[in-house]
Amino acid sequence: MAKQLAAVIGTGQTHHTAKRQDVSMAGLCREAIDRAMADAGVDWPEIDAVVLGKAPDLFEGVMMPELFLADALGATGKPLLRVHTAGSVGGSTGNVAASLVQSGVHRTVLAVAFEKQSESNAMWALSILPPFSMPVGAGAGGYFAPHVRSYIRRSGAPEHIGAVVAAKDRRNGARNPYAHLKQPDITVESVRSSPMLWDPIRYDETCPSSDGAAAVVIADESVASGRPAAWIHATAMRTEPTTFAGRDQVNPQAGRDAAAALWREAGITDPLSEVDVAEIYVPFSWFEPMWLENLGFSELGQGWKLTEAGETALGGRLPVNPSGGVLSSNPIGASGLLRFAEAAMQVMGRAGEHQVDGARIALGHAYGGGSQYFSLWVVGAERPGAR
Amino acid sequence: MVTSISEPLSAPLDVGFDYTRSLGPVLGRFATELREHRVLGVRGSDGRVHVPPVEYDPVTAQPLTEFVQVGTEGTVTTWSWIPEPLAGQPLQRPFAWALIKLDGADTALLHAVDAGSPQAMAIGMRVRVRWTAEPVGGIRDIECFEPLDAPERAVAATPEPVTMITSPVHLRYLHSASPEESRYLRGLAEGRLLGQRCPACGKVYVPPRPACPTDGVPTEDEVELPDRGVVTTFCVVNVPFLGQRIKPPYVAAYVLLDGADIAFLHLVLGCAAEEVRMGMRVRAVWRPRESWGTTLENIDHFAPTGEPDAPYESFAQHL
Ligand SMILES: [Zn+2]
Repeated sequence: MAKQLAAVIGTGQTHHTAKRQDVSMAGLCREAIDRAMADAGVDWPEIDAVVLGKAPDLFEGVMMPELFLADALGATGKPLLRVHTAGSVGGSTGNVAASLVQSGVHRTVLAVAFEKQSESNAMWALSILPPFSMPVGAGAGGYFAPHVRSYIRRSGAPEHIGAVVAAKDRRNGARNPYAHLKQPDITVESVRSSPMLWDPIRYDETCPSSDGAAAVVIADESVASGRPAAWIHATAMRTEPTTFAGRDQVNPQAGRDAAAALWREAGITDPLSEVDVAEIYVPFSWFEPMWLENLGFSELGQGWKLTEAGETALGGRLPVNPSGGVLSSNPIGASGLLRFAEAAMQVMGRAGEHQVDGARIALGHAYGGGSQYFSLWVVGAERPGAR
Repeated sequence: MVTSISEPLSAPLDVGFDYTRSLGPVLGRFATELREHRVLGVRGSDGRVHVPPVEYDPVTAQPLTEFVQVGTEGTVTTWSWIPEPLAGQPLQRPFAWALIKLDGADTALLHAVDAGSPQAMAIGMRVRVRWTAEPVGGIRDIECFEPLDAPERAVAATPEPVTMITSPVHLRYLHSASPEESRYLRGLAEGRLLGQRCPACGKVYVPPRPACPTDGVPTEDEVELPDRGVVTTFCVVNVPFLGQRIKPPYVAAYVLLDGADIAFLHLVLGCAAEEVRMGMRVRAVWRPRESWGTTLENIDHFAPTGEPDAPYESFAQHL
C-alpha cells in the first residue's frame, strides 16, 4: 500500500541546560513548540493532531503527563497520543507523527518530546532493585559499559576511539547555540584524562543530564509543497527483548533489521555513499562505531576505522552528530526527536554553524531501553524518488 | 522434572523519591499569592476565570497572563466522602474530597473539606479556606476547606516567593517472583543453583523463566548448575549514586555458569579490579550458611579460580 508523502516543515527546540527552573514542563514544551510552529509558518488551527514523547514515568514521577499538558500542547479538541519507547521515544514520536500523515488520516501533525531531568534523578530511577536480586546495577552507564567492553574486544578497536568521538561531538556542540555542553577546546587527550566512571567509559564520554524539549511539524504534500521541507523518505522501528540466550548486545538484531528496512524503503543500497549526514543516538562515545556497524555504514568490526580516520567529523565522508549529539545535550525524552529534527534541519539547510555543506539526504536515529528499541528515519531535500 | 508446586515468593518493593517541580510564571505566582493568603485565577480568552490558573488557554492554546483575585469562600459543586484517609492526604480524619467553585471563579478546585461527617456535606454548601499554620509553598498552603459555620482560626500569612515545590512520590509494591524463579530462589536458600532447559532450543536459563523468550514454550526440565563459570564481560563501577548498595569501586560482571546459556550480573572480588578479564574463570564465594535467604545475595561475590582463562571463542556468542 503506497504511503502519502509527508515532510517536516518546521523544527524547534529549547536551549538545553542542566536546570530550567524558570519554566514548568508545560512552558518547556511550549518553547520548542512555538519555535517549530514559527519555523513552519503554521498556527494552531492548522494542527490536526498532537503526538507527545516522554521517557518512562519514573524519570519525572508524573503519570501520564500528556493529560495535564493537553492545554499547553494545543491539543484541546484534537487527537493527542503519547508514545513510550524509553530512550528512543523521541524518534518513535517523530515516526508515529509521520505515520498519521503518511496514512492520510491527518494533514498537519505536531510532534513534541521533552525531559526535565532537574526534577528527578534518572540514575536512581534506572537502578531500582527488585527483591531477591543482586544489587550490582549502576544506571545506564553501568548497563552499557560491559557491552562497550565487548565491542572493543570483538572489533579490536584501539582504546582512544571513544575519546575521538567524545571530542568531536563536544566540539560540534560548541557550534550549536542550543547545545547544553559547549566545549570548543576539548581534545582527545583531555577526554582520556577525565575520570573513569564505569570502566571503560570515562566522564567526558558520557552524556549530560539536561532539561529540554524538541518539536517538529509534519505535513502532507498539499501543505508542504512550496515551503522549505525535509521530505520523509523512510521510517523504521524494531524491538527485541532485553535478555535472551544468545542475544547480541553489541550488534542487536532489532537494530540491524530496522536499518535494513529503512534503507530498502529509502532506496539506498550503499548508505555510506548515499547518506550525507547522520544524527545517531550516542549517549556514550563508543556507541558511534557500534551503531555505524549496526546501521550498515561499515562492515562488522570496521566502524571505528571511520571514526579514527575523521570520516565522521564535519568535513568527513559521513559527518555524524554535527549538532553535538546526545553527548552534548541529553533531555532523555527529547533526545531522539532532536536527532530527527537535526536531520531535517540539515537537508533544509537550516543548521547554521553546524550545517553540513550540500546535505541532501540525512539519517535520524534513536535507540532505547537495553538497546531494545530502534527508531530511524531518512529525510531528503527532495521528494522521494527525485534523486 | 519440576514436580512440587509451592507458593511463589513475594517481598515488598518500596520506591520513593522527592521529585521537584519548577512552577513557571503562572503556577509560581499562584503559589506565591497563597503564601499571602490570596487565591489567584487567570482569565481565559472566553472570559472564564480558571482556578487554579492554567498556563495556556484551553480554547486558543495561547499563554494566559491576566490574573484575577478570587474569593476564599466558595460553593461545593460535588463531593465524595473518604471514611479512611490514606497517608499523605490533606486530613488524617474522615473528610470529603470536593470540587469547590470559589466566589469569582468559573472552574472548580479540588480540595478536602473538613466537615466531620457525610451528613454535613451537600452540593451547594458554602465553604471557606482554612490556611495552614505550616506553609510549604503550593496548594498544601490551603490545609483544607471548612463549612462557613465552623469557628474561624486566625493564621498569619508568611509572604515568600515560591518558584519550586517538592513532590514526594512513594510506591509500595508487593513484588512476586514467578513459580520458576521462586523454585530457583528456594534452591539458592539451600546453596544450589537451579536453572531450566528449553525443550525446543535446549538453552539453559538461570534464573529460569516461565517460558523461553525465543520459543515461547514452558521450560520445565530442571538443571542444577555448578557455582563456577566465566566472566564474559564486565565494567568497573567507580561512580557513587543515590540508592547504591555496594560501595564503589566494584566490578560488575556478567558471569556465565558452566552449562548455562545466559549470563547474569554479579560482583567480582578477590583480585584487583584491573586484573579482572573477559574469559576469567570464577567461582562463587557464598556467605555463611546461617545468613542464607531466598536471594542471589547468598553468593557474596565471585572470585578467580586461578584456572587458565576460557578462550574468547568459547563465550563470544554470549556477548
Ligand atoms: Zn527455546
